[in-house]
Amino acid sequence: MELAASSGGFRIFLMLISAVFCNNFVLARFLGCCPFLGVSKTVGGAVGMGLAVTFVMGLASLFTTMVQLYILNPLNMAYMQTIAFILVIAALVQFVEMFMKKAMPPLYRSLGIYLPLITTNCAVLGVTILNINSSYGLLESVLNGVFSALGFLLAIVLMAGINERLATAKISPILTGFPISLVTAGLMSIAFLGFSGMIR
Amino acid sequence: MNETVEKKSLGQIFMNGILDENPTFRLVLGTCPTLAVTTSVENGIGMGLAATFVLVGSNYVVSLLKNFIPDEVRIPGYVVIIATFVTVAQLLMQAYLPDLNASLGLFVPLIVVNCIILARAEAFANKNSALHSVMDGLGMGLGFTLAITLISAIREILGGGTFLGHSLFGEGFEPMTFFALAPGGFIIFGLMIAIVNWLSTKFKRSVN
Repeated sequence: MELAASSGGFRIFLMLISAVFCNNFVLARFLGCCPFLGVSKTVGGAVGMGLAVTFVMGLASLFTTMVQLYILNPLNMAYMQTIAFILVIAALVQFVEMFMKKAMPPLYRSLGIYLPLITTNCAVLGVTILNINSSYGLLESVLNGVFSALGFLLAIVLMAGINERLATAKISPILTGFPISLVTAGLMSIAFLGFSGMIR
Repeated sequence: MNETVEKKSLGQIFMNGILDENPTFRLVLGTCPTLAVTTSVENGIGMGLAATFVLVGSNYVVSLLKNFIPDEVRIPGYVVIIATFVTVAQLLMQAYLPDLNASLGLFVPLIVVNCIILARAEAFANKNSALHSVMDGLGMGLGFTLAITLISAIREILGGGTFLGHSLFGEGFEPMTFFALAPGGFIIFGLMIAIVNWLSTKFKRSVN
């Protein structure tokens, strides 16, 4: 199916399938590997991290596309993109953390510890730059941010489920930790390779 | 990795990044670029050298400014310093190495969030003199470069049958495309860490 030729609700559906399965952020694009390999030890923690990332990626997509379209482009300062975007993301994460602490203490207690890690999650900066490179508008950027983050959520939760089982498995000491996680990720990536090319 | 090492010599700091605390194989930092750009040796070397440039520059500036940046805002401060050097690297690559820039694509601006760079700013440059920090950046950067060049050599030879674009095996060779695709990256990287772990336990045993 062709993503570029579609329109309306069907296009949004294709964007969702494409971001979650065909071009999964972690398993096909290698974005957000650090939390994927480091944080996903328990399913509960992985869901928390995934939801926090989804929230931040949606908001970050909105604000960075606004910065690009209304500030950098009119001023011909596209070369400041990297600095401007990382500042927007760092400030955004800080504000989200402060807001959640005041307004939603229960949510903050469960997601708060993941928030500082998100600034250096390359999936967030990655999606904001991809939005600009694919010349998405505001709405499409936000949708792309949220959908890509859902792909990240799916990968990290699957990985956490496998890691919970691996914790009790007998593994050679030289393979314990990162090596076995990476090989597992490779096998998962093979499964996701089956979706590639479905949507262009 | 929390060292205040004025007593260590510059050579030891340099070798520390390449061997004992190799950022890729020992600390397992900066996994995203390690997996993503290692499809060809050229990309591996290019990414490694770009990251080394940023690492040396940011370590130098962070260590010079360590007494001026307030503790509460040090992380945003480091991020701005790193982003500045990444922009410099990005503009230089666009001007002089447009092909490499195109094949690294998204991962050039993403050097900003490469955890190796922030980790060295926080763990080393923040506490040590400018000269030591530059040496640490150089060691860590070259350690990263060597590691990803090695991984990309394996992936390019197995996955494409070429090395730096030169065909190695002639016409009859059927390349194992698997190794050039995403799953091959994960598996080769995992096995490399396992081999390094195995070598280090073997080496320690023979020393004892």
